[in-house]
Amino acid sequence: MTRVYDLAVIGAGPAGVAGALEASLAGLDVVVIDAAPRPGGQYHRHLPDSFHALRPGALHHGLERFMRQWEALRSRAEILLGHRVWAVERTGGDAAGGTAGATVTVRCLAGDREERPRAVRARALLIATGAHDRPLPFPGWDLPGVLTAGGAQALLKGSLVVAGRRVVVSGTGPFLLPVAAGLARAGADVRGVYEAGGRFGLARHPLLAAGKAAEAAGYAAVLARHRVPYRGRHAVVAAHGEDTLTHVTVARLDADWRPVATRTVECDTLACGYGFVPQLELPVQLGCATRRDADGTPVVAVDAGRRTSVPGVYAAGETTGVGGAELAEAEGRLAGRTVAADRGLRVPPLPALARRVDRLAAFARALHEAYPVRPGWRDWLRDDTLVCRCEEVPLSAVREARRLGATDARSVKLLARPGMGWCQGRMCGYAVACLAGEDPAAPRRPIAQPVRLGDLAGLEHPLRKDDRDDP
Amino acid sequence: MRPPYELVGARPDPAFEISVDGRPVPVVPGQSVGAALHAAGVRSWRSTRFGGRPRGLFCGIGVCFDCLVTVNDVPALRACVTEARPGDRVRTSAADSGPEVSGR
Ligand SMILES: Cc1cc2nc3c(=O)[nH]c(=O)nc-3n(C[C@H](O)[C@H](O)[C@H](O)COP(=O)(O)OP(=O)(O)OC[C@H]3O[C@@H](n4cnc5c(N)ncnc54)[C@H](O)[C@@H]3O)c2cc1C
Ligand code: FES
Repeated sequence: MTRVYDLAVIGAGPAGVAGALEASLAGLDVVVIDAAPRPGGQYHRHLPDSFHALRPGALHHGLERFMRQWEALRSRAEILLGHRVWAVERTGGDAAGGTAGATVTVRCLAGDREERPRAVRARALLIATGAHDRPLPFPGWDLPGVLTAGGAQALLKGSLVVAGRRVVVSGTGPFLLPVAAGLARAGADVRGVYEAGGRFGLARHPLLAAGKAAEAAGYAAVLARHRVPYRGRHAVVAAHGEDTLTHVTVARLDADWRPVATRTVECDTLACGYGFVPQLELPVQLGCATRRDADGTPVVAVDAGRRTSVPGVYAAGETTGVGGAELAEAEGRLAGRTVAADRGLRVPPLPALARRVDRLAAFARALHEAYPVRPGWRDWLRDDTLVCRCEEVPLSAVREARRLGATDARSVKLLARPGMGWCQGRMCGYAVACLAGEDPAAPRRPIAQPVRLGDLAGLEHPLRKDDRDDP
Repeated sequence: MRPPYELVGARPDPAFEISVDGRPVPVVPGQSVGAALHAAGVRSWRSTRFGGRPRGLFCGIGVCFDCLVTVNDVPALRACVTEARPGDRVRTSAADSGPEVSGR
């Protein structure tokens, strides 16, 4: 473990790749680390070469541009794909708390089956780990055939697998549109798009107001061509089937999302999502300050140059606020330039880039405000509805914990165990916090990625016992 | 050609097979075990510890851990992020707990 890079970038999505490229063009020695076998992150997820796709960009805009950035980066930086980062530590620095000799150690597991531990050291760190889907629980949401919206999209973009034959799309937010349009174009019979927010339907979709008219019109045209109905103020409130999905209950909702009328729609697949949760475990491990985004979601707090509160640690993309791939890329570029400047290289300021970030961030804020999650979803749950899929904790157990005096998510978790399973609360954390009556908090996970005990055997610093679980 | 393949103009390398609880499942090279299973109409391959409920893909990107399988005796792998290799022997917990892998 001798080499110390100038900059380690975690995440090879739009933010991480743009940041790494700017930094390496400025002259820094950069390493890029990602758990996935291919670059792209979520938005630029693409088919492996073995598919020999003539038009790989047909599934989303901008892939060619991203791949050009990636090729340029590959010849300049060290690339570690298939490396899951489970912990980061910062060591050194002078006694006065300065950053002179400080380094960050990034602990990875390499390989997708038998994983090998590997540590990477760098003088600066850019965190660009993106987000995952934010599901809401409802009766039957754990039935096979119910997928997250992003999961359906990932199957298509990454494996060319259409999630189902007859598919319903439900949830809230602009992301439902590309998911439904992609499925329809790929041959699925999309039975309907049910947007819990947005009372006005597609004609007054907030994307139009936000200067994304062409994009929104494109999706609307695809949905119209395939005769896919789009209904605002509607949502799937229950999924049914014996051991796989056969139909869903779709409800018309009031302004608070309480069901006012229901009907049944037959389908074999449901793609469902209520926004995204930024992946903050690594910045939280390092002690980076967080703030609440427009919708109350915890995100990493950064200054105009994408510096976090911890010296030498930067963040970009969805970790600093959910805003889509374009914003992520612009933030990444800005971050890469700031790192280079902070490390003493001459990087001329780019006011146009800063303005672009501001403009896209304002757009993201407007969308958050247009698509809040309303409290009425709690009425969709029954006593036996699983809130936590991993530990199979039903709503009644969460209520019982509240009766026993649990007044926050942490004590609910201690009493009823939601969020204590394999996914470490990633899937249920938002719902559990809401049910406990508080805003979701930034995750405190000493191990950012679940690690099999066998893989820990070879680690340099065996974990302390209290590191295994986040109580 | 099926529609998604037309959409992107894909001409994939020849498919290979993996065995899932002894039964063959075709894989387009580069697909994950989970994608291949889902494409073959296999929607669930795990039973939960307490309720014995069927589970398969949910998040599709490696965060929910609903899709765990054993591949060539390596346990607890996430099917959705584990790329399939020719000859892989996949064992599911649906198989351990009695009923065979459920289709759709
Ligand atoms: C499943 C899913 C599908 C999506 N599909 C679309 C879409 O089709 N269209 C759209 O507009 N938006 C989509 N989004 C929204 C997406 O968040 C943004 O469009 C954009 O990809 C964000 O860019 P980013 O660079 O911030 O992060 P991402 O693109 O999410 O990239 C983050 C990268 O970090 C890596 N990573 C995370 N944690 C670790 C770790 N601990 N160790 C190693 N590597 C790690 C991930 O593997 C990933 O490659 C999707 C989101 C999700 C969750
Ligand atoms: S489907 Fe969620 S981890 Fe595989």
